[in-house]
Amino acid sequence: MAGLLFALTLLTLVVALVVFGWPLSTWMARTYTSDTDWRVERGVYRLLGVDARAEQRWPNYLRGILAISVLGVLFLYALQRLQPLLPFSLGLPAVPPGLAFNTAISFVTNTNWQSYSPEVTVGYTVQVAGLAAQNFLSAAIGIAVAIALVRGIAAKSTGTVGNVWVDLVRTITRVLLPLSLAAAVVLLATGVIQNLSGFPVVHTLTGGTATIPGGPVASQEAIKELGTNGGGFFNANSAHPFENPTGFSDLLEIVLLLLIPFALTRVFGLMVGDRRQGRAVLATMVLLFAIVLGAMAAFETAGGGTATTAAGGAMEGKEQRFGVLTSVLFATSTTLTSTGAVNSMHDSFTPLGGMVAIIDMMLGELAPGGVGSGLYGFLIVAILAVFLAGLMIGRTPSYLGKQVGGREITFVSLYILTTPAVVLIGLGLTFAIPAVAADVSSTSIANPGPHGFSEVLYAFTSAGNNNGSAFAGLSANTPWLNASLGAAMWLGRYLPIVFVLALAGSFANQEPRPTGAGMLATHRPQFVLLTAGTVLVVSALTYFPVLALGPLAEGLAS
Amino acid sequence: MSSVLTRGPVRTITVALRLLVLTVVATILYTAVVTVVGQLALPTQANGSFVTSGGRTVGSALIGQSFTDRKGNALPQWFQSRPSAAGAGYDGGASGGSNLGPDNPALLKAIEARKAAILKSDGPGAIPADAVTASGSGLDPHISEAYALRQVARVATARGIPAARVRALVERFVQAPDLGFLGQPTVNVLRLDIALAGMGKHGE
Repeated sequence: MAGLLFALTLLTLVVALVVFGWPLSTWMARTYTSDTDWRVERGVYRLLGVDARAEQRWPNYLRGILAISVLGVLFLYALQRLQPLLPFSLGLPAVPPGLAFNTAISFVTNTNWQSYSPEVTVGYTVQVAGLAAQNFLSAAIGIAVAIALVRGIAAKSTGTVGNVWVDLVRTITRVLLPLSLAAAVVLLATGVIQNLSGFPVVHTLTGGTATIPGGPVASQEAIKELGTNGGGFFNANSAHPFENPTGFSDLLEIVLLLLIPFALTRVFGLMVGDRRQGRAVLATMVLLFAIVLGAMAAFETAGGGTATTAAGGAMEGKEQRFGVLTSVLFATSTTLTSTGAVNSMHDSFTPLGGMVAIIDMMLGELAPGGVGSGLYGFLIVAILAVFLAGLMIGRTPSYLGKQVGGREITFVSLYILTTPAVVLIGLGLTFAIPAVAADVSSTSIANPGPHGFSEVLYAFTSAGNNNGSAFAGLSANTPWLNASLGAAMWLGRYLPIVFVLALAGSFANQEPRPTGAGMLATHRPQFVLLTAGTVLVVSALTYFPVLALGPLAEGLAS
Repeated sequence: MSSVLTRGPVRTITVALRLLVLTVVATILYTAVVTVVGQLALPTQANGSFVTSGGRTVGSALIGQSFTDRKGNALPQWFQSRPSAAGAGYDGGASGGSNLGPDNPALLKAIEARKAAILKSDGPGAIPADAVTASGSGLDPHISEAYALRQVARVATARGIPAARVRALVERFVQAPDLGFLGQPTVNVLRLDIALAGMGKHGE
């Protein structure tokens, strides 16, 4: 019975994604190919002092991305440090330097890792002008970089990849703001709050007192999911009844966080003039999604772990209105999209269910991945698959008529190596430096045994992949973890962006070659399986040892 | 050449700074618009879905609360919420789960203690999982139908009301999931207890 109802939930999700994603992808493809500016956009370009028709080569495009990101970090850091001087700060003090550093990088990199508890750390001005503003901007950056890569693939030796200012502005004006506004109003109707009332206290039925939190939550919730950001207004994130009050709001939030990443596959097909390519990308993503969703659902419903067994079900850390399967669907969606919002506490999942959440992130956030980052991450692996197939069949590898030569495969390799290096080096240093290892073990880790290791593994995997969810028992607000996870988030976001834009520039310089009978067809089921296999093999070879030390050890022991 | 090298980056930074400021302004305006829409069109929800009992605001329909005495002991005459890891229990200023792992001996011990307490207060029988586990938010306003029914006999005895009437009340308060399948059936504990309070007073 539960399985049947869950199937209906999945069906509803698919229908909603098609109904909203189809027109959205048409709209987005037009957004990034149109020569007409809206009146408000023309005003913005005048204020910025930019020529909207000027095409940029990749170094200029990258410079714009890096400039606004570095400025974003500085601004967000300053805002947190100056919190006592700001209005609507609820009397909260300045955010301490290490935490402010970590949080600034976290929201600029679209990670939204939260080393802090929002209720006691950030007032409304930091939430809105700082965190929510970066939710818009970091999402726009991810989408812009993906569009630049698509333009590079589609370009006919123009050498340019678009105009970074136009892409960022249009993403906000035409995609993120209108959709967020609509989603926020629907969320309001389901019971998500939107007020400025702080923390009023009421007298309860039994004569005690209860704090009922307030805040501008609906506006933040909408962009948090839509932009695959994931940073909760409250500590409990989307498990909090004021962020996610009903089964319907839960489904809506899942739709929002999957909408743009999946829609971008069709945008890709439309922009390269071959919709079959977009469909093949979508098919691969859905295949990977289905595999890990099925695995986590099986592990969570089967149970596992002494405490879970004693309770008679995996309900620790889960809300009654959602239950096990809906929590699994949210967990899968959030860890596969780099969102990192949670409607249940992953730390209390069964050993193997929790492991699947870690594996989801280890796949590289590409099925469907974060907004923009999912598409470019996927295309990188697709190009690797083309290269591998080229080696096997002895033909010059090319993707959509663009040759994958030494220069291109260098950028692809660097991209693929970056995140695992960041994750594994950060994790390794944490346990290799004796003083750090002692501190992390005694003050940060919440659970004994292999599960404690899994908490740290989860943290670095989440930071390096810009996911932001956590095995949240880990107390991450320590000097080492704030600094090292901050570095992991920064490197995990911007090194890949450098390689993607360099690759985009390299493709943009090429004249597309006609695709012929001798070429590998990149829209066929064989290629879908080859790419999915590449994703799985690369991740498995990279991460199996660390999984064996943590969740796998725990799961097999219990 | 040197002018390109120096002016290019400086210009980029100027443009980036302006776009950052514009984004911040746009986000504030967006938040303001949603706030106005919420306060004008959906004020009940926007302000926290407060509920009243006897003309007095006693909490939010969406935020769970404790039904305990000042020492934290469960009051037998009220339906009890799930265990909570938010602060000292249902602290709206400190939402969150226990984050205890599935093999954590501390969690196992807590679950066994909760089971023992329920067996003592509510009598023998199966205990549903939600009754002995803390939710993710620590503010879960709901329990399962099974856990609500499990508490009927205790509540009825403590209040001196026939168990059949309390059971009928619980069944009235079982809420089906949205569309019949999004999530799980629930019983809202505060709403149920408010109805219970009315029952005691008026002896309906």
